[in-house]
Amino acid sequence: MRPRLVEPPRFASPDDYPEGTSFEAGHLVTVNSGWRRVRPKIDGGKCTGCLQCYLYCPDGTMIKSGKSVTVDYDFCKGCGICARMCRAGAISMAEERA
Amino acid sequence: MSFSASSLSEDEFFYGHKACAGCGGSLAVRIALKVLGEKTVAVLPAGCMSAVGFNFPQLCFANNAIISTFAGTASMMTGIEAGLRARGIADYKVVGFAGDGGTADIGIQALSGAIDRGDDIIYICYDNEAYMNTGTQKSSLTPFGARTTTTPVKGNRRDKKDMFEIVAAHGIPYAATASVGYLNDYMRKVAKAAEVKGTKYIHVIAPCPTGWGAGSDETIELAKEAVDCGLWPLAEYENGEFSLSMRMKDPSLLDSHIRRQGRFKHLTSEGLEHIRELRDRRWDRIDKKWNVDQGRRTR
Repeated sequence: MRPRLVEPPRFASPDDYPEGTSFEAGHLVTVNSGWRRVRPKIDGGKCTGCLQCYLYCPDGTMIKSGKSVTVDYDFCKGCGICARMCRAGAISMAEERA
Repeated sequence: MSFSASSLSEDEFFYGHKACAGCGGSLAVRIALKVLGEKTVAVLPAGCMSAVGFNFPQLCFANNAIISTFAGTASMMTGIEAGLRARGIADYKVVGFAGDGGTADIGIQALSGAIDRGDDIIYICYDNEAYMNTGTQKSSLTPFGARTTTTPVKGNRRDKKDMFEIVAAHGIPYAATASVGYLNDYMRKVAKAAEVKGTKYIHVIAPCPTGWGAGSDETIELAKEAVDCGLWPLAEYENGEFSLSMRMKDPSLLDSHIRRQGRFKHLTSEGLEHIRELRDRRWDRIDKKWNVDQGRRTR
C-alpha cells in the first residue's frame, strides 16, 4: 500500500474547509515529476534484484516488481541515488528532454 | 527480528513529500516508519520533515502524524502515549522525528524531561547538521568548520555537541547512533528500540545535499563516509554500557570526505587538522570508556 494521487478537494466556499486541523492521511494531490531533470532507466537484463535502489530511495519510488523494480515516475525527483547504489550498473540516468 | 531490503514491508508511509531531491532526512523517516508499521503515531516539530510532509491538502504521511511545537516534540509524544494508554489502545508506538536544531537546541528540555519520566516513546533525531528548512543556520550539532548562513566567514568555530552521550547520561534504557548510509544497521536499531520498554533515542546522521553543498546523488556516500572515516561512530547504549556497532574503516578518508563538501570549501589546512584532532580525541575516549570489543568489524 502506498498513498495514491487523488483529485484535489474542491472548496466552493470557506464553509467547505475542514474545521479542525486534521485531515485524511496519505492524501496526495500533486506530483513531483516536474522537479526532475534526469530520470532513472532500469536495464532489466542487468538487474540482479538486490533491491538496494528500493531501500535507499528517499522518496520510496522504486517499486518491487517480480525480480526487478519499476519506477513511479509521478513521484521520482531524479536525485540519482538509485543509480549510485546499483552494484550491477543496471540503472542509468537519462536526460528528461532528449 | 532482522530487516533487509527484501524482508522490509512494501507499504510506504511517507510518500509524495516535497523534500529536496536526495534528502537524507526523508529517507530516515521513510525507513523508520516502514520498520515500525502502520500502528505508529508520528510527531513532527517545526523542521524540514513537517514542512515537506504537510502541505495541505497534500498530506504525505499514511499513518497518524501530527505537528508539534518546535520545543515540544517529546512532551507531545508523552501526551499521545498517555492518551493511547488511557483509551486502552496498547498496540501503538509513538515515534518522534526532530531535526538537529529541534533536538539539541530547541527541544532538549522536553526530551530530557521525557527520558527522566521514562515515557514509552521512540525519539529519532535526524541530524543534517544545521537548520536546513530555513536556509542553513548553525545549530549546536553543526560540526567545526562548516559554513552556514550564520557562520559565513570562517565557518562554525565550535565542535558538534555530543547529543548521544548527553542522552545516555540520563541513564536512558536504549540509545543509539545510526547513519542513512548504513540502513541495515539503522533498521536493526529502530526495531530494537520498538521492543525496549521506556524512552528510546536514535540519532541518525542524514546528509542534506542542499546545505552541505553536494550532489543530490551523493547523500548515501557522504553518510557512509562519515562513519568510515570516524567522524560519526555507530554505537549503542544499553544497560548502562556503551558498545560500538562498527569500527572506523579508514581514517585517511577524512580529507576527501571534507573536501568534497561545499560547506567546507573555505577550510584551511589548519582547520582540517583541527577536525582530525577532534576526531582522534573522541576515539581515544571511545577506546577507553566504551565496550569496543563488541564492535563488529566492517566488511
